[in-house]
Amino acid sequence: MDQGDAMAVLQELRGDAVVITAMAAIEAWAQKSKLPSRDLPIADAMGKASSVALGLALARPEVKVIVLDGDGSLLSNLGTLATIAGKAPKNLYHFVLENGVYATTGGQPIPAQGLLSFARLALAAGYASAYEFDNLEEFTANAWRILEESGPGMVCLKTVPEIRSAEQGVAPQDAPWHRSPLEMVADLRKSLGTA
Amino acid sequence: MTQPALLTPTAVMEELKKNGVTHVVTLPDSETRWMWRAMEAEAGLDLVPVSQEGESMAIAAGLTMGGKRPVVLIQSTGLFEAGDSLRGITLELKLPLVMVIGYRGWSRHGVTTDSAARFLEPVLNAWGIRYHLVERDADAKRISLAFEEAYRTSRPVAVLIAVDPTASTEDSDTGLPRRKGAR
Repeated sequence: MDQGDAMAVLQELRGDAVVITAMAAIEAWAQKSKLPSRDLPIADAMGKASSVALGLALARPEVKVIVLDGDGSLLSNLGTLATIAGKAPKNLYHFVLENGVYATTGGQPIPAQGLLSFARLALAAGYASAYEFDNLEEFTANAWRILEESGPGMVCLKTVPEIRSAEQGVAPQDAPWHRSPLEMVADLRKSLGTA
Repeated sequence: MTQPALLTPTAVMEELKKNGVTHVVTLPDSETRWMWRAMEAEAGLDLVPVSQEGESMAIAAGLTMGGKRPVVLIQSTGLFEAGDSLRGITLELKLPLVMVIGYRGWSRHGVTTDSAARFLEPVLNAWGIRYHLVERDADAKRISLAFEEAYRTSRPVAVLIAVDPTASTEDSDTGLPRRKGAR
């Protein structure tokens, strides 16, 4: 499935949810989001987007928190599954863009590419639910229902890798959607009333 | 013979309460294990156990942006482990954070052989992170100082819990002897 198409579906369903993005999802989501004041990309500290999302979910249980993680990113912070399961936030939805590669660094394969199942790992860790989708139609038909369920839930989306070249870098600084990290934190805190 | 502890859970807990702490994001360690039961018993405090220390900085960042007031409680070795999260999230996003750090290997009586102790203060200095040493109850008010600095500057500030194993043997909630160098 095309990750941009999947994100377009998610944008229509997010409501006022906070969306935390990592690595390859950052640019793709920024181009689809219609509520940037509630978006926060975690471009640094690989793998920690889900941890930031957990903190936000615990702080604001009345707000849905969606994290758009990468498979390589999640592998670098796999203990997050147990940490999230332990606190069991009902408002946390952990999406994993499973493209099987490190897309921002040229498309090198992740360890155990095609062998491991993040959905099964999440269930084994204690997530309330876990789903896998490899086509857009099926995801579109079920996404709204998943976001109505109690979390923590994992949703694995099998996406086509969009490999970035060295010239492209991780994310363009001059894109129209680009905001500095400090601007994004300030916007999010203002939106949540915690500024 | 057991000597009285120089730093008690009561003194630390009073400081956390005074500063409005809502969450303790933690991975237990030998230097601060004596605080665990007091934290569990504190109704207004939510413990967030982590699998690895790097998560703690990121979870604390989310809690802070969500309007809560967390502390991170980890050992010095965990701080080393969490270095990239501290750099890439706490420092880059300019978020206030008080980190309570168990100072493994700390001693006032001679040169420590524990590299975890020898590297701690140089590493904090390299990151430009201010820190305060807390050895006994009389030092606990430095925790309030750390909060004032962290929130005034929007930066992390460390509180180093320095319990010398040769000075206090009241270091175990199980009654078992401290295992030197244990995490």
